[in-house]
Amino acid sequence: MNLVSYDDALASYDPVMGLEVHVELGTKTKMFCGCSTTLGAEPNSQTCPTCLGLPGSLPVVNAIGVESAVKIGLALNCEIAEWCRFARKNYFYPDMPKNFQTSQYDEPIAFNGYLDVQLEDGEIFRVEIERAHMEEDTGKSSHIGGATGRIHGASHSLLDYNRAGIPLIEIVTKPIEGAGVRAPEVAKAYVAELRELIKALGVSEARMDKGQMRCDVNLSLRPHGREKFGTRSETKNVNSLRSVERAARYEIMRHATVLDDGGTIVQETRHFHEEDGSTTAGRIKDNAEDYRYFPEPDLVPIAPARAWVEELRAALPELPRVRRARLQGEWGLSDKDMQSVLNAGAVQPILETIAAGAPADQARKWWMGELARRSNETGTDLSEQPITPAQVARVCALVAEGKLNDKLARQVIEGVLAGEGEPDEVVAKRGLAVVSDDSALGAAVDQAIAENAAIADKIRDGKVAAVGALVGAVMKTTRGQADAARVKDLILERLAAEGQ
Amino acid sequence: MTDLIKYTAADTAAAIASGQVSAVEVAQAHLDRIDAVDKKVNAFLHVDTEGALAAARAVDAKRAKGEELGPLAGVPLALKDVFTTQGIPTTCGSKILEGWVPPYDATLTSRLKDAGVVILGKTNMDEFAMGSSTENSAYGVTGNPWDLSRIPGGSGGGSAAALAAYEAPLAIGTDTGGSIRQPGAVTGTVGVKPTYGSVSRYGLIAFSSSLDQGGPCARTVLDAALLHEAIAGHDPLDSTSIDAPVPAVVAAAKLRDVRGMRIGVVKEFAGEGYQAGVMQRFNESVELLRELGAEVVEVSCPSFTLALPAYYLIAPSEASSNLARFDAMRYGLRVGDDGTRSAEDVTALTREAGFGPEVKRRIILGTYALSSGYYDAYYGSAQKVRTLISRDFDAAFAGVDVLISPTTPTTAFPIGERADDPMAMYLADLCTIPSNLAGNAAMSLPCGLAPEDNLPVGLQIIAPAMADDRLYRVGGAVEAALNDKWGHPLLEEAPAL
Ligand SMILES: [Zn+2]
Repeated sequence: MNLVSYDDALASYDPVMGLEVHVELGTKTKMFCGCSTTLGAEPNSQTCPTCLGLPGSLPVVNAIGVESAVKIGLALNCEIAEWCRFARKNYFYPDMPKNFQTSQYDEPIAFNGYLDVQLEDGEIFRVEIERAHMEEDTGKSSHIGGATGRIHGASHSLLDYNRAGIPLIEIVTKPIEGAGVRAPEVAKAYVAELRELIKALGVSEARMDKGQMRCDVNLSLRPHGREKFGTRSETKNVNSLRSVERAARYEIMRHATVLDDGGTIVQETRHFHEEDGSTTAGRIKDNAEDYRYFPEPDLVPIAPARAWVEELRAALPELPRVRRARLQGEWGLSDKDMQSVLNAGAVQPILETIAAGAPADQARKWWMGELARRSNETGTDLSEQPITPAQVARVCALVAEGKLNDKLARQVIEGVLAGEGEPDEVVAKRGLAVVSDDSALGAAVDQAIAENAAIADKIRDGKVAAVGALVGAVMKTTRGQADAARVKDLILERLAAEGQ
Repeated sequence: MTDLIKYTAADTAAAIASGQVSAVEVAQAHLDRIDAVDKKVNAFLHVDTEGALAAARAVDAKRAKGEELGPLAGVPLALKDVFTTQGIPTTCGSKILEGWVPPYDATLTSRLKDAGVVILGKTNMDEFAMGSSTENSAYGVTGNPWDLSRIPGGSGGGSAAALAAYEAPLAIGTDTGGSIRQPGAVTGTVGVKPTYGSVSRYGLIAFSSSLDQGGPCARTVLDAALLHEAIAGHDPLDSTSIDAPVPAVVAAAKLRDVRGMRIGVVKEFAGEGYQAGVMQRFNESVELLRELGAEVVEVSCPSFTLALPAYYLIAPSEASSNLARFDAMRYGLRVGDDGTRSAEDVTALTREAGFGPEVKRRIILGTYALSSGYYDAYYGSAQKVRTLISRDFDAAFAGVDVLISPTTPTTAFPIGERADDPMAMYLADLCTIPSNLAGNAAMSLPCGLAPEDNLPVGLQIIAPAMADDRLYRVGGAVEAALNDKWGHPLLEEAPAL
């Protein structure tokens, strides 16, 4: 299908988005039973009568799960329900042991909030939050014998219920309107900000690559000037920040193409494809799908005490936005510089480098300079560069000790990135130590003076600024390994001594 | 020692504790009785001979070592097949669970074992506890020991029949709309539905979660009280379990004094559909209570007339969801898995083959009632009726200590009579359902035989939530007075099997 260009799509339509993010909580035990939640265990080894849905079993709410939900709600500026219930969402699926999901329906624990997200140009966009509610994850099916790994064409399926019952918080935005051409950027920034928030709260590691955070992108278009929303598509399980942006962008173009053609958008779920950034149709979701929600009779209502909620509010950690403002002040950065640090994803690496002993300006210099350049070139995240903050801090220390100069330090960084080992090992293997031994430098200095007599004369005449040229000459003969400051001192000493 | 099977639980425990008889002898006597009569009665779906004898030997060993025995140690019990028992098949009366052996014990099962109770086996029931006659069991109907051609009540007909046939002195039932009390009434035995939340539902295979309540069945009020105390109490595994002390029901059962108590007769539970002999025995009980020194007044609970329809929306709605897990994926029956069919098809074929007609009827009813667009009219309205019924109870209990009524409008009806008429069948629970909807406590105990058919009539006593002791106080007094009048317990009038 030939898609309308992104700009043409936006020339005719306003996108309206809804983002649904599922976060797996990092609780030790599942939402309704005592089974462990650690990943990677032998299939079905972390199960019990309750999370297998055996006849007669009953759920018991995980108090830490509720506490995490309240914390998330508070951090998202939500109201916390004075009284809420779980509800059963009824539908048949083999990886769901009870054939209903214990979730929340019209009585979520948190509702009516917002999250301010900062876009790349520094502008703040407010995303309104509809609700955050508690529910349980399903098991996992693996479809065997087919070409695609999907159920279609498979000869049989294997079920692993280790994930069944792991606590989830589903965070649903209100329709995001008015983002216009920046809708995909808003989507990405929102999910990124939410991820930072969840991590700061300590309720989940929120690793999208491990499925701990999953995003559904709901999107519709409406012609400019129209109130009524168009029909939406629901792109499921978009599992990286970049993909969130690409999925939104693709759906905008796809919807526009269909609408321009006089077609109608079908309400359906769609799958996102990492390879080419496209989406394809999944299940048709007509309104006949009926989950027959009703209040979960096996659980009692939850009534978070106001005093407890206020205690949790008071104990909330510094939230990412506040923290960023503080760091900007501490690091003495302009709005623009801070924004580029943020855009580069350099906050955490810089912080960790400082924590490992480097001065703030040095830490920022390396991450925003050499390393940011490399991450741009390779299209990878800064945090994924094969160098640790501790290693960068060590390089800074070597420079401060005078054992490396800038040029050599850059070579050491290169060596670490190339897998040559720790900074000290790279220094040793490449023989990169600064030469600051006066006797070794003496000959080079003498040689430079002899070969640049005219410049030496100028210096003798008091034009000390000319010394740079002689230092350069010495650095050249020592292949950059000399300590430039020491070289300068030596040259001046020599020339002054002659003049006496 | 054939007498052993006629002992009360209290006497049996005392005889074992004093060494007059061993627990193994008691267990063997009951196993022999089951052997002798259960082909006719069909009260048991599974008899655990080995397990029962092992449990009895453990009690005897404990006694031999001089350890203290609990008040029910060594007493045999018949367990309704709705509670999970580790290593012992549990079917819930359904084909869909045929052959399933649970890997875990219900909390109630564990408590019985901890008390030294000897579990003889699992008793027959209407499939998933849906029914009032045991005719809906996938494993054949149970006969009423008073007349084997009649129903023993339901859904816990197996447990009640086991008591009436002297196959066990104690039994466990579950009561969702009357499944303990109505079988008690029609078999001349005692059945108690404790306050909702006082007996753990962990391991009770759910029919309707907000209504289901396990409870004691026995031949005497005191035995029921002893069993009640053994099984009740807070369970952290059941979120709806009440975290409060269990009312002192054993002491209440021994009191035998109702002087000064105020007792309300529910006006709405009389009239059309109530058998004359049932009303006659009930009215005699009212008089008896007056003679015993209670003050009896008439009480009106107008919303009770809405209880039956509300029940038949709430219970099937919850059931439709509770029974969704029977999908052939993890346990139980699996039909059509020949390698060519999808999981969905296998689930559908299994449910088609594994569920009986009444279960299917209720799943469909409940699915419909919860559907979007119908929810408010059906499930929503039914929940409102539930609130009205609770208010009627609250108003009534503001003026009286307990309410009384017949347990069920008629005596045991012939097997097959109502099998094709669900509405007629549902009427059997007319008087019992309000207590389930309100979550309070209720008891049925025998109050005589209906003159027209010589079959047992049940007297129902209802008490406020967590005032279960009042049931036993009134029940104990009535039972003692009636036994005095008759010169023997009612059950001795049952024909020999
Ligand atoms: Zn579990």
